[in-house]
Amino acid sequence: MTEKVKVRIDGQVIAATPGQTILQAARDNDKYIPALCYMEGLSAVGACRLCMVEVSGVARLLPACTTPVQEGLAVNTSSPQLQSYRKIALELLFAERNHVCAVCVSSGHCELQTLAQEHGVTYVRYPYNFPKLEVDTTHPKFVLDHNRCILCSRCVRTCAEIEGAHVWDVAGRGIQSRLVSELKRPWGEATSCTSCGKCVQACPTGAMAEKGFGVEEMTKKPAVVGRLTSMRGGR
Amino acid sequence: MSLLDIDEAVVAVLEKADIVFGPLVDAQEWPEDVDVAVIEGAVSSQDDLELAQTARARSKFVIALGDCAVTGNVPSMRNGIPPAKLLERVYVEGATERPGVPTDGVPALLKQAGPLHSAIKVDLHVPGCPPKPEAILFVLGELLEGREPDLGTKLRFG
Repeated sequence: MTEKVKVRIDGQVIAATPGQTILQAARDNDKYIPALCYMEGLSAVGACRLCMVEVSGVARLLPACTTPVQEGLAVNTSSPQLQSYRKIALELLFAERNHVCAVCVSSGHCELQTLAQEHGVTYVRYPYNFPKLEVDTTHPKFVLDHNRCILCSRCVRTCAEIEGAHVWDVAGRGIQSRLVSELKRPWGEATSCTSCGKCVQACPTGAMAEKGFGVEEMTKKPAVVGRLTSMRGGR
Repeated sequence: MSLLDIDEAVVAVLEKADIVFGPLVDAQEWPEDVDVAVIEGAVSSQDDLELAQTARARSKFVIALGDCAVTGNVPSMRNGIPPAKLLERVYVEGATERPGVPTDGVPALLKQAGPLHSAIKVDLHVPGCPPKPEAILFVLGELLEGREPDLGTKLRFG
């Protein structure tokens, strides 16, 4: 039995396992910290900034998904300030690409849409970017719609770390960043793709979907994909 | 027109408020001193823009109702294509009879279709495609009681 460390999350003292992140410790104790790019079973990258928390004694905010627990750590997960920053982060995600829920296969089952609702986002205060983006339909079973991609990289990590194929990567920089398969080949021509579909299941929005689904019809099971890691002992 | 989704509750609303402009009444001009303007749809054409500006100038409280007015929604899906090219594609290349871009009696398209708040100040956003009837009724009920509606986490896009 490993020695536990005591951390305080929103005033409540919990016993966490050394090496765990704040996010994992919180979730193990039924404390909710929102996150989009974090997925159980994958490495954490701290990309979406939704899990930012206040750690006492630290002047800046820290991402809960990449910050390890330490004895005596005191964390605040949902101050009004944090909630307002999370709202900003969500609105910026909506402003960056074309998230038209009304025509999306994942509407009603979308993590971005759900988080926006939970945070009381009723409109986006920033001007929409309205970029012109491609929809890759070249794969026989799946479709990739860049309009709905938030660059969380869950598909990238799922493919590289769980399937071991590493079809996906993020190319370009800043606002020009795009998800690419095999050095920018169309998905259907990516020879390393095993068509396992785990990336689709890991995708939090409607950016990746199985073909043949209509609006609101695509439900996903990221937890099932993440569980594969623990089933093979974290390898 | 989503107003009608509240079904018979519309009668109770009308006992306390008058509908002075819109597709349900005959008025051709936006009246002065309107208490609440409920506006649907994206701002897509020159006419939309002018009507939105008039509505704002003559109303105390403006509500953007539905995803089109709140986010731009489906009408904004044309925004990656320049209007001239878009009209050409639909009315010339896509026409089987009498090809030609219509100009008579139709307002000019704006470069992009945007949410209402990209054109005027909006006091309350009610998302949804369509917004839930209960949400519409809640908003109208609160306003009729003199309170500013707080939708909190009741609504989502789509």
